Amino acid sequence: MVKVVVCGAAGGIGQPLSLLLKQSDLITDLALFDVVNAPGVAADLSHINTKSRVTGHGKDDMDAALKGAHTVVIPAGVPRKPGMTRDDLFKINAGIIRDLAEGVAKNCPGAYVLVISNPVNSTVPIVAEVLKKHGVFNPKKVFGISTLDVVRSSRFVSEVNSTVDPKATRVTVVGGHSGVTIVPLLSQIPGVVDGLSKEQLDALVYRIQYGGDEVVKAKDGAGSATLSMAYAGARFTLTLLEAVVAGKTGLVESSYVNLDADVESTAAFKAKHGVDYFALDVEFGKDGVKHILPLPNVSAYEQTLLDAAYPELKTNIAKGVSFITGA
Amino acid sequence: MVKVVICGAAGGIGQPLSLLLKQSEHISHLALFDVVNAPGVAADLSHINTRSTVTGHGKESMDEALQNAHTVVIPAGVPRKPGMTRDDLFKINAGIVRDLSEGIARNCPGAFVLVISNPVNSTVPIVCEVLKQHNVFDPRRVFGISTLDVVRSSRFVYELDNSIDPKSTRVTVIGGHSGVTIVPVLSHIPRQNFTKDQLDLLTHRIQYGGDEVVKAKDGAGSATLSMAYAGARFTSAILEATVAGRTGLIESTYINLHADAEGTAAFRAKTHLDYFAQDVEFGREGVSKILPLPELSAYEQTLLDAAVPELKINITKGTTFITEASKI
Repeated sequence: MVKVVVCGAAGGIGQPLSLLLKQSDLITDLALFDVVNAPGVAADLSHINTKSRVTGHGKDDMDAALKGAHTVVIPAGVPRKPGMTRDDLFKINAGIIRDLAEGVAKNCPGAYVLVISNPVNSTVPIVAEVLKKHGVFNPKKVFGISTLDVVRSSRFVSEVNSTVDPKATRVTVVGGHSGVTIVPLLSQIPGVVDGLSKEQLDALVYRIQYGGDEVVKAKDGAGSATLSMAYAGARFTLTLLEAVVAGKTGLVESSYVNLDADVESTAAFKAKHGVDYFALDVEFGKDGVKHILPLPNVSAYEQTLLDAAYPELKTNIAKGVSFITGA
Repeated sequence: MVKVVICGAAGGIGQPLSLLLKQSEHISHLALFDVVNAPGVAADLSHINTRSTVTGHGKESMDEALQNAHTVVIPAGVPRKPGMTRDDLFKINAGIVRDLSEGIARNCPGAFVLVISNPVNSTVPIVCEVLKQHNVFDPRRVFGISTLDVVRSSRFVYELDNSIDPKSTRVTVIGGHSGVTIVPVLSHIPRQNFTKDQLDLLTHRIQYGGDEVVKAKDGAGSATLSMAYAGARFTSAILEATVAGRTGLIESTYINLHADAEGTAAFRAKTHLDYFAQDVEFGREGVSKILPLPELSAYEQTLLDAAVPELKINITKGTTFITEASKI
């Protein structure tokens, strides 16, 4: 049995995300948890003609929702409105994530935990600290989903260079999941950066970093990216399941992780930059993170982006950690 | 690769439907039209790393949305609340579907039109009558999407007998798309041996699957995600046949029987129905063939006998909404 739980399943991301996961052959049980509306969403999805069983769980049913979970995906929380940064969401979303992490520690301490709720740079440390408190933290199993930055990179690059196939071209995106902490390594894609002027490169990188703002603005108060986030979230979740359930090897995705998931590969990096969390290319194995791939040789341009990312990330990480430890 | 338009793209069905279609390899341009919020949904979807372009069109931009469309999918309209039948939606949704049909007649008269808006039994005739008025009606190109009944049939049958694979077992569903007009032909499922009680239960659950979700959502809406899934499945089949030229694809769908006038002559003479859901084989032009009615069990014949008069009423309601108005 592979039980996957979606926390926040009745929300703007949760619903389309759950629809995409309902189509996977790797999931036997899909449990939808939310403070309201989960049973209705579950009834809807349960009519789809794939084999998985769908259950809906309300506010007072969190334990039943999480019991025996193999994987927990968390899109729960509030989205941004125009003018807000992801950090502005912290006040509300930090508490939500903490409570869900407590539930995970109690009911499914061995589960993979995939965090979508913003600000990811801080909410992933919150999850980790709660699990540490309960003595059940496994850094190989906790991930911040930064896949939408990768998806945007592939798409936006193909818009400035039509020879690039957006679907087949994977872009490594390192750092974090907000504004200046998002560092797309475009130099790694053959033939792309050379054809661009400095202005064009700046514009491309800016667009990737602030793609989320682009959608918040276009939705004009009606929300933030939901459908593209569901797409990215499903892509990441299913890639992980391909590795840990179906045993497929060699799968790589950029993901925001605690660097102790691969101490050997990251010790020097950690010491040099003073960050415990960082998005890097991760190779999956049957137990989650198998390898964290080293930072490739970046261009001088990308080095300036990284230099701007580290201090901001440190602040975000400390905010998340101290929310739990009080330190 | 072609232009596909979603009318009602920012709604409960429209958004997840558009998400699924954004992933289609046959679509070069996905145009999202809705009275509000379409540009925001378009910006969201446009970030997905598949090749298609996405544009969003508001109320004043319908013509631009529909220009040169190859296919138009219509989930627009209001959903049911607990206690309502699909027919109760008629007052509001009939006008919406009529206006969209006018837009199609003007901007993309040759498009394939796929109708989701309820009550489908009546809204499909509305589309056809408007297109007829403009002399652009091709019965092979207008479809009512009843696929969710097929999807529910496959799933519910699997829940009762898990030796039946829900994904690969297609169930023919004939008649219409509401309550007693839904006639699932369960007798043709290979190796099935349901008891009379099980057939009653299954049939009722398939016929009122929509109500089951409306009730569970308790005022928050009707089936959206499963409808998006079914709508995308049907749309993809149409595109596979009409764009990629794939042959042999079959889906149950609610259509005007003049799509195959000769093949349905006897049926129409007997039942006096111009519209009916049957298994249809697709070709480049849309409907290639309407498959003959399968041999029904005695039980299914009684279901059909109950469906026909109800369907007649639904069809007339849709047809006269257009033909009577034009006489004023």
